[in-house]
Amino acid sequence: MNIIYAIIFGTLFGFVLHRVGASNPQMIIDMLRLKDFHLMKAILFGIAVASSLLFIGMAAGIIPPSHLSVKASEWGVIVGGLILGLGWAVGGYCPGTGVAALGDGRKDAVFFVIGGLVGAFMYILVYGRVKATGLLESIIGGKSTLAVTGNSSYPVLIDSIPGVWVAIVIAVVFALIAWGLPKSTSE
Amino acid sequence: MTGQLNWFWGGLALGIVFLLAVWVVKPIGVSTQFVILDGIVMSKIRPEVIQENPDAKSGYSSPISYLDKSGGKYAESIANPMNYGFVFVIFIILGALLSAITKGPAPTREDRTAPLVFRNRFGDSAGKRYLAAFIGGGLVLFGARVAGGCTSGHMMSGMMQTSTSGYLFAMAAFAVAVPVAILMYGRK
Repeated sequence: MNIIYAIIFGTLFGFVLHRVGASNPQMIIDMLRLKDFHLMKAILFGIAVASSLLFIGMAAGIIPPSHLSVKASEWGVIVGGLILGLGWAVGGYCPGTGVAALGDGRKDAVFFVIGGLVGAFMYILVYGRVKATGLLESIIGGKSTLAVTGNSSYPVLIDSIPGVWVAIVIAVVFALIAWGLPKSTSE
Repeated sequence: MTGQLNWFWGGLALGIVFLLAVWVVKPIGVSTQFVILDGIVMSKIRPEVIQENPDAKSGYSSPISYLDKSGGKYAESIANPMNYGFVFVIFIILGALLSAITKGPAPTREDRTAPLVFRNRFGDSAGKRYLAAFIGGGLVLFGARVAGGCTSGHMMSGMMQTSTSGYLFAMAAFAVAVPVAILMYGRK
């Protein structure tokens, strides 16, 4: 059954990434050089929709909080984010959009994915040394969230207000930024 | 570009997919599967890389510490490639293909080698673009593994759950990506 869901959601995800233009490196690079905010608007609005409905669904008891999977905050998240950011600008793809671009028949995506397999392999080789530096120790409460999720595995930073309100306020802010950002900037 | 959804409908569709995935199974993530594919290749060359181990939480272990971490969960996925995360990522390719053949945004023949912004800046040499894509891919996946997730897992799935780590990741990634993109490609 899980495999059926993997097929359905993987296909849907690839379809939408392609349809919104995220598998087009031109759109990624134009977003990153602050030239065309189409993808930025779509990403912010997508997070707003997903987050508000997720927290409403959990508050209503429809979506089980046990389905959440919150990643730990570590120095490695920041260091890794910086390295990823460099490759993102140079390559114009991130892992999901690079894979989607294969389905679009983009040849540069083949090189991106092969490069990605090499990069992941390098990490397999140096993991022990990275871990020894303390980079992967938890900071800011580890697997913490801003909003109360109802899943006790995850510490909460804003615990005095119901999680659904925190999530909705963040979602409204994101949606307003998405709406207010210009589509493109001209020189 | 023709066939491309605008930010509103595109963002809505993206949000719904991320929501459905959490509702029914778990948050979407991609970059781990690069490790799984590496592991599958490694275990074909050297089978001793993945071992059945009844003492491990997952039932599998590996002499390679990264593949052995968290009770051998990566080792388990490598031993059983027909698992949710791996099949999910493989079918991203099919989804994009389906969009492409149903009047989705279509790249030109030149776009399939290099985006226009790259050709304008660095010329039509395919080799230069392939090298940039290869180096970019290496940095992106190495960075994603240091961070423990990528744009899907940390940024989209993370921020929708209001994960602190999602915000840290997004700030770090954009803090480098924006100046590097402007330096490399200019703003014209």
